[in-house]
Amino acid sequence: MSAAPVTELDLHAYVDGGLPPGRQAEVAQHLAQHEEDARRVAAYRVQNERLHDVYDALLVEAVPAHLHSADGARKRRAWYRYAAAAMLMLASGTAGWHLHERVAGTRAQTTQIARVAAMAHAVYTPEVRHPVEVGADQEEHLVRWLSKRLGTSLKIPHLAPQGYALVGGRLLPGERGPAAQFMYQDAKGQRLTLYVRVSNDVRAPTAFRFAQENGVGVFYWLDGRLGYALSGETDRAELLRVADAVYQQLNP
Amino acid sequence: MDQPVETFATRAMQYIPRLRRYARALTGDNSAADDLVQDALERALLKQALWREGTDLRAWLFTVMHNIFINQVRSAAANRLVPMDDVAADAFVDTSPVQATDRLEIRDLDAALQALPDDQRAVVLLVGLEQMTYDEAAKVLDVPIGTVMSRLSRGRERLRSLLQRTPETNPLKVVK
Repeated sequence: MSAAPVTELDLHAYVDGGLPPGRQAEVAQHLAQHEEDARRVAAYRVQNERLHDVYDALLVEAVPAHLHSADGARKRRAWYRYAAAAMLMLASGTAGWHLHERVAGTRAQTTQIARVAAMAHAVYTPEVRHPVEVGADQEEHLVRWLSKRLGTSLKIPHLAPQGYALVGGRLLPGERGPAAQFMYQDAKGQRLTLYVRVSNDVRAPTAFRFAQENGVGVFYWLDGRLGYALSGETDRAELLRVADAVYQQLNP
Repeated sequence: MDQPVETFATRAMQYIPRLRRYARALTGDNSAADDLVQDALERALLKQALWREGTDLRAWLFTVMHNIFINQVRSAAANRLVPMDDVAADAFVDTSPVQATDRLEIRDLDAALQALPDDQRAVVLLVGLEQMTYDEAAKVLDVPIGTVMSRLSRGRERLRSLLQRTPETNPLKVVK
C-alpha cells in the first residue's frame, strides 16, 4: 500500500512533532526524495531553534523591578505587584536567578530541558512548607498519579544508598504537556530534584550532558520518549554520582 | 487551603515568564511586552470567574493576552504606518543565491518577525516558540484550524525568505 500524498500540513506537523510515528516515517521518506520540501522543513526547524535561542532568556530572567514600580501614567494593581514581587523572590531566592550569559553565547549548549529543570529546581527547593504536592509517605499514589498525568509508566528511583531520601513530587507545566518533579533531600537538608518530561519524539538514549545556570548544576539525558534532568546545587562530581545511580535504576 | 483568588494568582504566576517570552517576540519591544503582560494579568484577574477549573490555564491566559494585543493593534492602526501587505512584501523577496548564514543576531530575528503581518507572527510564535498544538493555537486565536495552518505556512515561508538575505543586501528597511 502506498502512502497518502504529503501535504503542506504534513510538512509543518513533521517540523512540530505532531505526526503519529508511522506518518512521520512516510514524510521522512518523502523528504529524502524531494529536495525543496526538505530544504523548507530544515529551514522551519532552524526558525524554531532560533526563536528559542533568542527568546528563551525571558523564561529564566527575573521579572524586572520596573514592572511593579508605579510610573504614574498607568495604574499598577496590587495583585500584579504581588505577583511580580513573589516571582522575583522565588526566582532569585536560591540561585540569584539572573541570566548572566549572553543570549547569543552558550545558549545552544543548554537545552530546553536543562533550563526548565533548573528553574523548577530553583523555584521549589527553597519551599519549606510546600516543597512537594504529594509526599513520600504516599509514594504509591504519587507514582500512580504522575504516571497517569504524563501518560507513561514512571519509576521513582530510590537514592538512599547515595544518602538522599525522597521528599515527594509534583506536577509541573512542561513545554508540551505535564512534567514531573521528584525531590530528594540528604541528612543536611541539601535538595536534589529529578525532572521528567515526555516528548513526542522517540530518541535514542543520549549520553549525560551537563549544564550549569547560576549555581544550579543539571545532568540531563534523553531515553526514548522520556527526558530526565537531575538538578542540584552540589558539586558536579556528587551530582554525577547521583545521576548515575538514577540512570542505573531506571535502566536495570 | 488557600483562598480561591490566591490559588488562581499563584497558578497564573507560573505562566508569567512564558507570557513575557511570547509578548516580547510578538511586540519586538521590551517595555511594550511588559505592558502587555501586565494588562493581560490584570484582565485575567478581573475575569478569573470566566476561567473554568480543569481547563488549560495557559491557553486561557494567552487568549486573554492575545485579545488585548489585537485591540491595541486595531486602536493604534490609525496612527501607525500601514503594515506591509502580502503582495508588497513578496515583491522584496530576494531570489539571489542563499548565502550561508552565520549565527543570527537578535535584532535580525526581531526585525524579520516584525515584518510579518501580526496574525502570521502570532501563529509562528504560538507554534514555534510556545510549542502549542495547532488546535491550541486555533483556540487561543479564536480562528478555525485551517486558518492557523495557512497563516503558519505563509508566516514560515515569509520568515524563511526574510532570514535568508544578508543584511547588506537587505532592501527591506525595518523600523526597530
